[in-house]
Amino acid sequence: MSAESTDSRQQAAAAKQVLAGVDPVPGVAKPDAIFRGDSIQRSFGGLVAVDVAHLEIQRNTITALIGPNGAGKTTFFNVITGFDPPNAGTWEFEGHSLARKPAYRVARDGMVRTFQLTKVLSKLTVLENMRLGAQDQRGEGLFSALVPGVWRRQERENTERALELLKKFNLTHVKDEFAGALSGGQRKLLEMARAMMANPTMLMLDEPMAGVNPALTQSLLEHIKELREEGLTIFFIEHDMDMVRDVSDWVVVMAQGSVIAEGSPGHVMRDQVVIDAYLGAHHDVALTESGESLTRKADA
Amino acid sequence: MDWLSIFQNSFTQMVGVAAVVYCLAALGLNIQFGYAGLLNFGQAGFAAIGAYAVAVLVVTAGWPLWLAILMGVVGAIIFGLLLGVPTLRLRADYLAIVTIAAAEIVRQVARSVTLNDYLGGSDGITGKYAADWYALNPFDGFEWFIFRFSKNDLWVVINGWILVAIVALITWLLMRSPWGRVLKGIREDEDAVRSLGKNVYLYKMQALILGGVIGALAGVIFAMAAQSVQPDNYSTTLTFYVYVIVILGGAARVFGPIVGAMIFWFLLVFISEVLNNAVRGGFISSDILSTDQIGQVRFMLVGLGLMLLMIFRPQGIFGDKKELALDER
Repeated sequence: MSAESTDSRQQAAAAKQVLAGVDPVPGVAKPDAIFRGDSIQRSFGGLVAVDVAHLEIQRNTITALIGPNGAGKTTFFNVITGFDPPNAGTWEFEGHSLARKPAYRVARDGMVRTFQLTKVLSKLTVLENMRLGAQDQRGEGLFSALVPGVWRRQERENTERALELLKKFNLTHVKDEFAGALSGGQRKLLEMARAMMANPTMLMLDEPMAGVNPALTQSLLEHIKELREEGLTIFFIEHDMDMVRDVSDWVVVMAQGSVIAEGSPGHVMRDQVVIDAYLGAHHDVALTESGESLTRKADA
Repeated sequence: MDWLSIFQNSFTQMVGVAAVVYCLAALGLNIQFGYAGLLNFGQAGFAAIGAYAVAVLVVTAGWPLWLAILMGVVGAIIFGLLLGVPTLRLRADYLAIVTIAAAEIVRQVARSVTLNDYLGGSDGITGKYAADWYALNPFDGFEWFIFRFSKNDLWVVINGWILVAIVALITWLLMRSPWGRVLKGIREDEDAVRSLGKNVYLYKMQALILGGVIGALAGVIFAMAAQSVQPDNYSTTLTFYVYVIVILGGAARVFGPIVGAMIFWFLLVFISEVLNNAVRGGFISSDILSTDQIGQVRFMLVGLGLMLLMIFRPQGIFGDKKELALDER
């Protein structure tokens, strides 16, 4: 282990400790926020899909975004990554504003995302998918592309890095297959590995575990933790509570477009507001009474 | 049946002037449609701009030929920008609608009565504008076994296929580079490419313009070969034949459009020659088919052939069946 990695390990531990001192209330300020968003709104006609008053994400931590179906989690992702124009709102990443920047600029600035419905490039091989993720490629200009000498060395370096990542994500054996021939779980892995090729500062994963088999989930969780130790910030949407509890340092809960709670995983899962949002406010009231009254009415 | 003349005409046309023109237009479309997934239905418009630039600037304005060709290229770039700026941010089908309409606008403007003095109306422009270029021709005609070219055709065909080779080489170089990889990625899923920090809009614009410039060069060759331009040669039919050629040869394959154009013109000429001979020789009764119906019937038969191709080899001549199977998952 190099000194650098122990350093970042300590950083991660330190970050977690700092978060322990943060008040678990929605919109709370973090000591070292990499992302800050203010009054971000997005509505579709009359439906307000996202209405986040204030949200900060602590650097070098794993933050989970949870919430019932239709809470606006994915729309929130789309808005802050430039895929969906907001109706209002500002947000900044590492101190500079990203509001209304096109999606490709957001990615270049280090906020790289994956998609809930995986988007692999079917008719490109797995390795080509990976190479596409690399940034600042000299051969991506129309004229420099015509002169292989300009980009060949960089291409070799990118290929090496791609192969390393593929090994990490257990995809080496399919590197020359078309990405469209992969299984659903493998596609999730490929998408995550490809996002890593883009050298993100903050990796945003939209349901990374959906459709991945349990054995693989375990190794994916380890990867995600490792990424934090390498200094990345991870912000992910997930429905699987076991996974959220296992991996995340901080949990943000959305319902009906707004952040209704945030805090450590343990705290959030005991929070009455969160339980109500997931299960309904009257989930602990017996259903039999109203059921009986219905049958009685029907009898009468 | 005069088989020698049938084969002579068919094989000559297989590599003839029309095949060169359609091959170039198809090479351009292959970059747009085959690699980048852009539904450009206005390739005839790009070709018309190249052709008219040469005809108008040389005959009417008296410019030198090389400068006129250059202006044709510039015209195609401007046309590409005009089409791309409003549509490339939108979904793919909008580009299809806009390009097919824009190409028709170009044709209607070219044949308009108001601009008769400049563009020649529906008769177009005829003139000896490429005389200097033809004067460079060191060859006389050419005749060998089944190939037979007149002096001028031979010069057009030689230069045309050299141009095709250059364009194909550029396409090959581009498509094995990271630039080509981004383009193919955009065809598959442009949001994924965007999420990896690539300016998708810029790449689509580059592909549209590059393919359009190649289409304009097809028009330039067409105008120089015929020493005239007629607006109705640049109707949507041209675009559709070019699509047929791209799909026949196999989209997103460097050699697809070249082989596609050759097969297309060989079949078209071969079928009409055989039918012509058969009707005139009495092998087909003139009650069933008369010689002036052959022009239509050959397209029916080529269409039938295409249908069979789509059923039994949907990936085209050069395509990869494995790739196509991915769409069905």
